[in-house]
Amino acid sequence: MTVALKVEDLSKTFALKKPLFGAAPPGVRAVRPMSVEVQRGETLGIVGESGCGKSTLARMLVGLLEPSTGRIEIAGKALDNADPAAFGRLIQYVFQDPISSLNPRKTIRQIMEAPLRLLYGMNREARDKRIAEIFDSVNLRHEFLHRYPHEFSGGQAQRIGIARALAAAPEIIVLDEPVSALDVSVQAQVLNLLGRLREEFDLTYLFISHDLAVVEAVSDRVVVLYFGSVVEVGNAKTIFNSPRHPYTRLLAESAPVVGRPLTAPEQKGTELPDPLNPPPGCAFAGRCPKATDICRREDPALRRMGEDQFAACHHPIEA
Amino acid sequence: MSAFLKLLFRNRLAAMGAVVLGAILLLVLVTPLLPLPDPNVTDTSQRFLRPFEAAGHLLGTDHLGRDLLARLLYGTRLSLAVGFAAAVIAAFFGSAIGIVAGYFGRRTDNIIMRGVDMLMAFPYILLALAIVAALGPGLLNALIAVAAVNIPFFARNIRGITVGLAAREFVDAAKLSGKGHLRIILTEVLPNVLPVIVIAMSTTVGWMILETAGLSFLGLGSQPPVADLGSMLGEARAALITAPHTSVVPGLMIFLIVMSINLLGDGVRDALDPRLKSGALSRPRSMTRVDRKGPVREAAQKGLLDLQALETQFHVGARVYRAVGGVDLHVKKGECLGIIGESGSGKSVTALSVMGLVASPPGVITAGAVRYDGHDLLSSGYREMRQRRGENVAYIFQDPLATLHPLYKVEDQLAEAIQSHHRVSDGEARERSLELLRAVRIPNPESRLKNYPHEMSGGMRQRVGIAMALANDPDVIIADEPTTALDVTVQAQILALLDDLRRERGLAIVFITHDFGVVAQLCDRVAVMYAGRIVEEGPTKAVLDAPAHPYTKRLIACVPELGGGQRELAAIPGLPPSVDDLPPGCAFAPRCHKARDACAQGEIPLDGTPPRAVRCLYPEEAV
Repeated sequence: MTVALKVEDLSKTFALKKPLFGAAPPGVRAVRPMSVEVQRGETLGIVGESGCGKSTLARMLVGLLEPSTGRIEIAGKALDNADPAAFGRLIQYVFQDPISSLNPRKTIRQIMEAPLRLLYGMNREARDKRIAEIFDSVNLRHEFLHRYPHEFSGGQAQRIGIARALAAAPEIIVLDEPVSALDVSVQAQVLNLLGRLREEFDLTYLFISHDLAVVEAVSDRVVVLYFGSVVEVGNAKTIFNSPRHPYTRLLAESAPVVGRPLTAPEQKGTELPDPLNPPPGCAFAGRCPKATDICRREDPALRRMGEDQFAACHHPIEA
Repeated sequence: MSAFLKLLFRNRLAAMGAVVLGAILLLVLVTPLLPLPDPNVTDTSQRFLRPFEAAGHLLGTDHLGRDLLARLLYGTRLSLAVGFAAAVIAAFFGSAIGIVAGYFGRRTDNIIMRGVDMLMAFPYILLALAIVAALGPGLLNALIAVAAVNIPFFARNIRGITVGLAAREFVDAAKLSGKGHLRIILTEVLPNVLPVIVIAMSTTVGWMILETAGLSFLGLGSQPPVADLGSMLGEARAALITAPHTSVVPGLMIFLIVMSINLLGDGVRDALDPRLKSGALSRPRSMTRVDRKGPVREAAQKGLLDLQALETQFHVGARVYRAVGGVDLHVKKGECLGIIGESGSGKSVTALSVMGLVASPPGVITAGAVRYDGHDLLSSGYREMRQRRGENVAYIFQDPLATLHPLYKVEDQLAEAIQSHHRVSDGEARERSLELLRAVRIPNPESRLKNYPHEMSGGMRQRVGIAMALANDPDVIIADEPTTALDVTVQAQILALLDDLRRERGLAIVFITHDFGVVAQLCDRVAVMYAGRIVEEGPTKAVLDAPAHPYTKRLIACVPELGGGQRELAAIPGLPPSVDDLPPGCAFAPRCHKARDACAQGEIPLDGTPPRAVRCLYPEEAV
């Protein structure tokens, strides 16, 4: 297997406004230095709650946001210029809100043609042929090309978004909550389509979602983020059944499941730490039942905990 | 385009403005063809002729004996041309500055907009005078001055719109399609701000004509002998008393032009503004309109709150959307009823209809009854309904940030909810607020009372939302997707809280959701909605274990469940029908693999042995 995407020490700190007097505050660390590798043809799921940095990470990967530190390698080549067009041919993005990712004043044909013309310089004939091929792959009717985005339902619009990403013929597609705005019956259609396209076009996916069940259903491996850092990485089959990090377990137990009685795994009204004033040590320590002094002092590093599972915890859950 | 014109001319005043302006434009366009005397030829023997006094001088003559009608028409031509030119120039440069500032943001935005602010700090007439003073008098320079003075107006307006657009996802998508900044500005941003530019222009042209006339009046615009409306007024000023017609004629023309342009401009703005178009700014009634044909059949009360054959429709133009098409439901004291369905299935409209909260227009309740403890809520007046809202039935909504007022402290909002129903002192209301926050398990309730909604996390805000619903000890709480916007760990806490409250206080809860996991954990009974009707109903466990309606069965199969591993998911092909065009018979038939001819004919009843019922001819399970 070859490595499709390699990320080393990638981080993003948003600078805060310097006050009139005094030094500038340290800034908000949306993503702390993280390293991730994705194999070709693999689907890497990224889960985490709001504010964990998953969208910031995704936007850095596709070049929409410049990283503060670190490097991104796609298929062995480093991408260090922040030119989205250079990224565009290698990595594409499917947005959460399908309707707002399509310009309301353009026809679907105009939207589909842009990447073909600008990234590949195709002439009209080649473009028409390619668009027809892609539309067949994503089950969209050809007469849709003359319509405007507001005429489509969420599921159709998301398929158009996927078709646009495919038009750039990328190696990797970052899917940022691609089904969370869709109804469940339509969600399944889109997820199955994504699975089929991965085989057909030999794609690598980064699938970002807050829905553990969806992530588990589509992913090979899963990364769990908390407060801007990777807290656990593991095989999708096992990570939620035998989590090593207490946060992963909390997530898995919080998801409502048919047939499990209602329990709040956390009775306290616990909240995320304040990003402007992050606590020292492990960010999860304040909510963690197993936290001890070392957790509040030292930030745990990601350690191997089993065959293909890694967790950043001083007191991991025993398997 | 034709829809735009239709909308525009529905506005009578705008239509009038368009007619007047059209007539004036037509007149000045054909002026050179009319048999008029030369407007600049003086004839002092014929000075100050009154209107209709002499043949050949229909509107009389001015102080140099020049024909007023000719001067008026040529002057109007010039004034209109200068006004429009100034508007176009100001719109072009102002919009360009605004788009660049808004699109690039940060430092570019800061530098440009502070410059614009400085320009705006001068009184506009002073600025215009200064520009003319520097460039020298003349119509062209007056035009430049008027345009320059109006640039900040366009720049600020367009920048505001562009900032919003630049953060939209389609701009990111365009970047990934390989578009550069210039291309994005021209092909993605500009088409979206164009309507705003047109609106801004249509509302400022009249103003610019006035400003140009003002400069000409002061002798800084058009130079003699050439006439424009302002200079005509200026020259006539000396004879205002002796020959009033020389100033009344151009004055009247200025009035007509500016009034017609402003009326038309307002009309254009209203017709182009999408918010005004959708009627969102028209004030809804305080209660949903009830328009029931015929009397409501009497029925025995089954629970604390009963819905009986409730029908709610939206009347938009000629279309009728049957959002709720005859729903029967009941909820008992201490019971939790789940209503599950996809978007557009009518579950929220059903819930809002109970207390008459569906916006009217366009919503109308056309049939059925809502019985609370034997009393039909829909036949009560506004006063009574208002008394019952919150007191008998309270709501919890999806987005607590949108339901809490951003400018008031939590304490004030809770106190208001209490005091609008009960005469209690401020101190007592505060005590009760504190109790409520404790009841919903907010840590440090004393300090939280002083918080504004934006200072709290989503989970805390939803707890405040629940506290508000509890403020007047209601018997029924309708919760419309209260946890959809929350993270899973927070969702678990909120669900546990609702469950505790129900047991402690004997509350009846109607819980609307699209999540089977939530229903399974919280609800005693569940009703499944599709296309505005209930297709299946029964105890939660029975329905989830052995769904009878094919829709329920396949919908459950669509939902991935944690612990299932990587897999292909079951999907339902097709889309739910639009409720303004429902198929006859079963609404699910076009997507159903078991559908036969009988499914597409006639009314299918909701049938079964209580507590279960299903609306299907060929159910998966006999109930």
